[in-house]
Amino acid sequence: MPGLRLSNAPATDTALKLLAVAVVMFAFVFVVMVPLYDVLCDALGINGKTSGQAYTSVPVKVDTDRQVTVQFVAINNDDMPWSFVPDARVMRVHPGAANGMVFHAANPTSAKMTAQAIPSISPSRAAAYFHKTECFCFDQQALAGQSTAEMPLQFIVDQELPADIHTITLSYTLFDITSTGQDGLAGAF
Amino acid sequence: MGDHHHGPASGVTRWLFTTNHKDIGTMYLWFSFAMFLLGGFFAMVIRAELFQPGMQLVEPGFFNQMTTLHGLIMVFGAIMPSFVGLANWLIPMMIGAPDMALPRMNNWSFWILPPAFLMLASTLFMEGGAPAFGWTFYAPLSTTYAPPSVTFFIFAIHILGVSSIMGSINIIATVMNMRAPGMTYMKMPMFVWTWLITAFLLVAVMPVLAGAVTMMLMDIHFGTSFFSAAGGGDPVLFQHIFWFFGHPEVYIIILAAFGVVSQIIPAFSRKPLFGYASMVYATASIAFLSFVVWAHHMYTVGMPVAGELFFMYATMLIAVPTGVKVFNWVTTMWRGALSFETPMLFCIGFLVLFTLGGFTGLMLSIAPADFQYHDTYFVVAHFHYVMVAGAVFSMTAAIYYWLPKWCGRMYNESMGKTHFWISFIGFNITFFPQHFVGLAGMPRRIPDYALQFADFNMMSSIGAFIYGASQLLFLYNVIATIVAGKRVSEEKVWDGAEGLEWTVATPAPYHTFEEPPRVPKPVGTF
Amino acid sequence: MRSVFSGAVLVALAPFSVAENQINMSPGVTEIGANIFELHMLIMWICVGIGALVFGAMFYSIFAHRKSKGHQASQFHESTQVEVAWTVVPFLILVGMAFPATSTLLEVYDNDEAELDILITGYQWKWKYEYLDDAGETVSFFSNLATPQEEIYNTQNKGENYLLEVDEPLVIPTHTKVRFLVTANDVIHSWWVPEIAVKRDAIPGFINEAWTRVPEEGIYRGQCTELCGAYHGFMPVEVHAVSRDEFDSWMAAKRGIAAAQSQLATQTLSVDELMDQGKRVYDAACLACHGASGEGGVGKAIAGSPVVLGDLATHMALVADGVAGTAMQAFGEQLSAVELAAVLTYQRNAFGNNTGDIVQPGDVAGGKNG
Repeated sequence: MPGLRLSNAPATDTALKLLAVAVVMFAFVFVVMVPLYDVLCDALGINGKTSGQAYTSVPVKVDTDRQVTVQFVAINNDDMPWSFVPDARVMRVHPGAANGMVFHAANPTSAKMTAQAIPSISPSRAAAYFHKTECFCFDQQALAGQSTAEMPLQFIVDQELPADIHTITLSYTLFDITSTGQDGLAGAF
Repeated sequence: MGDHHHGPASGVTRWLFTTNHKDIGTMYLWFSFAMFLLGGFFAMVIRAELFQPGMQLVEPGFFNQMTTLHGLIMVFGAIMPSFVGLANWLIPMMIGAPDMALPRMNNWSFWILPPAFLMLASTLFMEGGAPAFGWTFYAPLSTTYAPPSVTFFIFAIHILGVSSIMGSINIIATVMNMRAPGMTYMKMPMFVWTWLITAFLLVAVMPVLAGAVTMMLMDIHFGTSFFSAAGGGDPVLFQHIFWFFGHPEVYIIILAAFGVVSQIIPAFSRKPLFGYASMVYATASIAFLSFVVWAHHMYTVGMPVAGELFFMYATMLIAVPTGVKVFNWVTTMWRGALSFETPMLFCIGFLVLFTLGGFTGLMLSIAPADFQYHDTYFVVAHFHYVMVAGAVFSMTAAIYYWLPKWCGRMYNESMGKTHFWISFIGFNITFFPQHFVGLAGMPRRIPDYALQFADFNMMSSIGAFIYGASQLLFLYNVIATIVAGKRVSEEKVWDGAEGLEWTVATPAPYHTFEEPPRVPKPVGTF
Repeated sequence: MRSVFSGAVLVALAPFSVAENQINMSPGVTEIGANIFELHMLIMWICVGIGALVFGAMFYSIFAHRKSKGHQASQFHESTQVEVAWTVVPFLILVGMAFPATSTLLEVYDNDEAELDILITGYQWKWKYEYLDDAGETVSFFSNLATPQEEIYNTQNKGENYLLEVDEPLVIPTHTKVRFLVTANDVIHSWWVPEIAVKRDAIPGFINEAWTRVPEEGIYRGQCTELCGAYHGFMPVEVHAVSRDEFDSWMAAKRGIAAAQSQLATQTLSVDELMDQGKRVYDAACLACHGASGEGGVGKAIAGSPVVLGDLATHMALVADGVAGTAMQAFGEQLSAVELAAVLTYQRNAFGNNTGDIVQPGDVAGGKNG
């Protein structure tokens, strides 16, 4: 192999170079694969994930000729006991217009709990065109026992939304993250 | 020089401390055979439960432990170490080298395996049972919802990975630096080529597997969320990382098997391998392509259509170099002077059945059709055709072919042929009907099934018992040969065999090629 | 070789009915299922053709080129022309296959403009179906395996739809584009119905889409197709495709039941009503693990149980929230307030427990899941 010599014994030199390759490939998983997956998903919205940050809106002319149906779905993960319901199941919106929706959450237990809402958009390629200017999913949501909360969402559907998409489904899965940030290993350690 | 000419040490310590490639090869082969029998025993439990509809023998949770351990032990304990054992025995002799490049690391590579598998097998007795999430261990079933033994599973995988990486580094260092003068790369036997390429694949992707299980460990114990949506992660990320390892892994399993077939078919055709250079390029193409097809294991996961199309086209493309290899082997036989000793029978069996597995692989690559095949027994049939009738048949052929050289005794030919026919028939009775039930709608990894799948499942279980029994015949033949087989003293045990390993004495001396040999002419005939 | 083998198999199995021992994929009842089937057959026949050539040459060689017959070995060992030919020709065949494969795949992905949306959630180990309606009461229910444990453990003969029958099937109207939104509650599952050719993975925290249009009324059965834990093989899918009219009346009835249940939740029920309903709930949801006489089995005994005989709040929480890491599921979501009250009453008074406790629907409202 040309270049850097790691040892005078040829076999050891080869071996050390290959060891370096192995180490690089291990690091590759953490340093390249994970961020790359997130970047690609963010940029292309390819797994339906929307950005975790508020969208800064710019004024645009609302496209009054086109209507897009936005459907809201609320899901509880695992044994999450909160009631979690949107004000309405469906909204018809014009691309470019600012819209709002409220989700009602209720903690029926007697203990304080913390939840994380995780959004998912279908079709996944619509995610890149669905901008949330305010969303309860950006933060963890804490609720005292036996209390309720109104969780707001403000969004804009981008005018560049492909013409063949007529319905966007926005689902929130509510996870119970009360115990140390997230669900631990079931029943052990 | 006088110091090098002693024979092996005696007693148990010989085996514990040996740095001799032949000893280490022998240990790998015996270890892998023991693992093959253990993994096979788990398969017998599986097929016994699936003999009839209804739960008769085990609970569903335990059944999943059986399927998981069967897969892990066969892939990581039986097939991979067996080919490493073959590499250890043969590569130095085939290239005219006295031993592997790093003999002490070679010893370590082997000896960390038995403790790792002991730990893996011991999970059966742990609270919560052994891992039951499939050998592909998808998150979150393998993270948030896993039994406590998952941590030991992760540890075992790390150890296996280290063993494979060290072994591969050794093989590459040996082949690149220790070929006898005159043995250029394009004069190496195909077995050496295929192992060289396999070793590069291993160095590249075993660390990726290590990364995946490390991320699992972090999610389970250290509060990270790589694979948990709750913390902003994604279970599908696990699948991408796993299969980025997993697809090259299946080529790691098969390429060395291809190399064996490329040695044996020419020997029993008494004719050089057809298209040596093409075979090398085809193997390299398969290795490169194997990095860009991984998501064909994930067609139903909800990937965007552009991604599905890319992976479909790339996967279909791999059929081309694979087909080239099959055509070259058949053309090697064409107009040869064929004889059908046991090694050749297993290679012909490989050629037929691996090709069938390749055809179902092509069917599976077609993404829309795969929506009906995915996670059914059609997939199970496919991978058993390519891994058992492919890799295992090839390994079996290799044992019959080289055992006489290793121990100086000939195996019983009638028993060998009997082993072949029972294996061939038993294998097909086991796995051919699985295509049918898969197409008819039977999912995989289920301990019980609807009534319309009953007859083929019974047939499959009977075939499995037959195939399993024939491996005991094989074990008997191997032991009987080593202990009391008819002595062989010709260097060229098989009249059509070519290669440097057939120029040393039979049985092969403890140390061979301490002086490098002259590479014989003519060239390109390996 | 393949047809000889399957012929022998079919002859050997002649006594059995045609529906059993199916050896090929079914084209199913949908257009896309038929397209997938055609694609499958096309690829298969191409493989059969290539196989015939390759194996033909090989077997000919095995018979004609034997050393024992005195055949002398030729020594040719390379030909660039031949290598190019058998690289290019298969490549062209693959390009040919890619066209129908691509167009069928694009059809599979065409989820837009559906007339009916259904949210499908995979649970360990059952499915939940929710009909997403623009306004009004959402119809939602769980769909559990209906095959009795006695059939599974061989003390009773197995029924015709063994392991493929559920208590509450998914009902959809024919000739309607239905969109499925697939997700999961816990681990990854996968929803598959072979005869309508829909399979989609259910990923917790994410939504996947699939669609179908079923032209023919009928009952279509499928299974979970992603390993999801111990009872992965015991969470079937049953779809009833019915006429539009029949679907509308079914939906109305379902909405009516839901309304009646929420009404009942405010009422006070008699002991007999609670015990009656409680036994029905127990037999459907608890008996499999806790035994017909509360004697236990996979689950702990109910008879004499300290939990059942103890504090009501603890008992209720255990039933509603389940026990993480075990097979005891969270039933709060699956049972209405009336059903939960009834089964708690039943458990606390049957099997010799005799606590005398009466649990009304109003008592459980606080403990139920959302």
